This record gives sequence, C-alpha cells and structure tokens, in this order.
Amino acid sequence: MTFKQMFTSSVGKKLVMAFTGIFLVLFLVVHAGLNACIWAMDGGVTFNKAAHFMGSFIVPRILEIGLFLGIFLHIIQGYMLTLENRSKRKIGYEVNYSKGSKWYSRSMAILGTILLMFFVIHWKHFWVPSRITGVEEMDLGNGFIVHNLYAVMQDTFENVWVVLFYVIACISLGYHLAHGFQSAFKTIGVHNKRYHAMINTIGFGFAIIIPLAFALMPISFYLHWVN
Amino acid sequence: MSQNTMNLKVKVWRQKNANAQGAFVTYDVAGISDEMSFLEMMDILNERLITEGGDPVAFDHDCREGICGMCSMYINGKPHGPWQANTTCQLHMRAFKDGETIVIEPWRANSFPIVKDLTVDRSAFDRIIQAGGYISVNTGNAVDGNSLPIEKQNADDAFAAAMCIGCGACVAACKNSSAMLFLSAKVSHLALLPQGAPERKSRVLNMVAQMDKEGFGSCTNTGACEATCPKEISIANIARLNKEYLGASLSAQ
Repeated sequence: MTFKQMFTSSVGKKLVMAFTGIFLVLFLVVHAGLNACIWAMDGGVTFNKAAHFMGSFIVPRILEIGLFLGIFLHIIQGYMLTLENRSKRKIGYEVNYSKGSKWYSRSMAILGTILLMFFVIHWKHFWVPSRITGVEEMDLGNGFIVHNLYAVMQDTFENVWVVLFYVIACISLGYHLAHGFQSAFKTIGVHNKRYHAMINTIGFGFAIIIPLAFALMPISFYLHWVN
Repeated sequence: MSQNTMNLKVKVWRQKNANAQGAFVTYDVAGISDEMSFLEMMDILNERLITEGGDPVAFDHDCREGICGMCSMYINGKPHGPWQANTTCQLHMRAFKDGETIVIEPWRANSFPIVKDLTVDRSAFDRIIQAGGYISVNTGNAVDGNSLPIEKQNADDAFAAAMCIGCGACVAACKNSSAMLFLSAKVSHLALLPQGAPERKSRVLNMVAQMDKEGFGSCTNTGACEATCPKEISIANIARLNKEYLGASLSAQ
C-alpha cells in the first residue's frame, strides 16, 4: 500500500480533512490569543507588538506557509468530498431523513463556503495591507517601528455591515466547529467512549468560546469598548 | 383486546425493472388492523392487486422476525419506518393514524440499484464481506469451547458489533450513501477477537478498498446511520474502523 492509496481511499480522504482540521483548530487558538491583546486597553501597543512578532519572526512565517497549505487542502478536499458524496445518490428521496442528524453536521460545505467568503474579505482587510500594500506605522520608541494594525482594525470595524458580516462568519465558524471538532477526532480513530464524551464536551465548549471571542473583537471596536 | 381498524393511503415507488422509469403510485388500503405488521398490510395490498389482475408491489422480506436483514423500505422519510431500533417487519400498524398517507420508497443509493419496485440489489455488501469478513481456522480436532480467554469488554463490544444484520439502512439514511457503519461493525466484530487477529490488517484494507470499488460515499460522522440502525450499532465502531485503517495503512509494506 502506498501513501497515495492510503490518502485517496474514502477513509484516507477523511483523514486529510481531520488532520488539516485539527491543525486549523490549533491555529484558531493562537489567532484568538494574539488578537485578545486588543483588550490590553493600551491603545494597541501590546497588540501591535504581538502582530509585529508574528510578522517578523521566522517561526510564525514558516508556520504561515503551512497554514495556507492546510487551509487550501482542507477547502479543496472538502469541496471534492462534498461533490463526490452527492454523486453517490443519483435519485433522491421524496421525504428526506433529517431527524437522525444535526442540520449543521449535514451543512459543513455551506458553513465552510461562508467561511471561505469571509477569509477572502478578511485577508483583504488585514493580511494584504500588512504583507503587500503596506499600512500606517507606529513608533513605540527607541526606533522600534511596527505596523499599526490596531488602527486598521479600528478603521475597518467602523462599518456596521463589516461588523455584521464578521459576526455571521463567527456563527458559521461555531457551527462548523460544533461538528468538525468531534468528527475530526473520530476520523483519526478515537473510539474509546470515555474520550468520546470528553472530546464532545471540549469540542462544544471550543465551538462557543473561540467564535465568541472572535465575534467580540469587531463588536468591541464598533461599540468603542476599546480605546 | 379490542382492535382498531384504519383506512390508509399508501404512496409507493413503482419501477418495473432496473432500467425502467419509476414513479409513485398511490393506493387506498382499507380495513387495516392496528395489530397487523407493516408487511401484512403490504400483503393485503398485494393480494388485492393480484385479484384485480395487477402487478403486486415487489419488496424484500424473509424471516419477519427482525433478524435476517432482508426487509428494507424507506417509510415516511426514515429507513425501517418511524420506530427506533426496529426493522420494517417488526413495525406495526399502530404506528400510523387512520387516514394517513404512508410514503414508501426503496433504499436510494447508486450502489444499491433497484431490481423492482422496493427491492434493491444489496450484493455490494456480500462482496465487501468476501473481501475480508472472515477468519482463518485450522482444521483438526475440535478445541474446547471458550478455550481462548477474551476480555469481557472486548467480548461485549464484539457481540454488539456482530448484531449488524446487513440490511443497508445505514446507507439509505446517510446523506453520502456511505456504508461505513456496516463496514465498521464487520471490522470491529473481528478485530476485537483473538480469532480475527491473523487477518486484522489485511481485512480492514481490503474491505475499505472493496467498499470504495462498490461506489459508496465517505463518512462525515453525521450520526444518521446510528439513529436509524435497527440493531443500534454504535457510531463508535466507525471511529474504531478509522483507527484500524490508519494503523494498518501506516504499517503496511
């Protein structure tokens, strides 16, 4: 058996989804943690320092390449699996069976599509200016100059529609995680009932806490909870 | 005990053969006792159709005791009808109300082609079993019963997995037409027992390969299969299958 055979079988394709999904879950923790620096209430000094570290230090930059690979692999494989799975039942049912599963478990592709649309806009708001087109700089003293991404956030989240779109994306993320978190662990083979229960609980908590933290960021700027 | 009788409408998928165009046909069935089984109601409908010179509705059935796995039917939007942990043959008419229209469809999956009406070809499952659902047993003198010690938990889990009757309700319920609950029950049942150890790795690899060849979809852990399974096969078996597959494929030469 080759690795190609392993990862192109029906179980292997799901393994790709699970491994990339868990990697993206870890990324969310880092992203939410760093962004939480906006609540340091120091005019964005801590946040800009943290963003500068992530943008200038070699390790996060290498991880960033892995992140883009992971995210695109997850998206492409997700769409391919969805199309393939749909093609397995050419004639559908008159009455659909919806009681046995949760709506969000059946709607991962739709939730993922909302997230993909969000990523495009999110990258345009922050990643592209920071990496390519340039942003206003902030002098932290002693010649320590950083990108003022905090000011970009303040500016971006003045628009109520942008805030609303970010909140909708966070809700989609919550439901995507509510299924994806526990499903990923089942796919990589966690079958012990004790761990199942634990992962279900952690996954449910994660699906609420992380999207809530993210949603509070644009809301905090829009309502001027942060200075 | 008093019996209640009811008059129903039955909307059934009729299809002459695998290549014919199918369509729903609605029949009136009158005087159905609530103590009848669902298949007895179908028998009454068919007797009437035969008497009238029509073609009876083809459906699979055999033991009518809920153990053979032959009966199928997707009733009112759920495989095996509205009751939990139940096969169509064990479904009784008291599950329905007088005047109700019951919609009956065949299992829908490309891998289960329709033979006629509600009968589908489930031989894909047989081929998956043939690919690895067996153990090697040396011939010779009969060994003493229970001579192999087996941990209680493993024995219980293997028994629970072995409950699978291979009816295909999991495939019918799954939005991806995935056969993973069936396959995971067969793999778990043998992987948990010492008798299954010699072919443990080749079994899971060959059975997954055969399942893919048969054209079933991938599992997305929605849980619809577990919810509809007449034998309540746990979705934890799918996670066990994934573990077996990951281990076997990584260690394969």
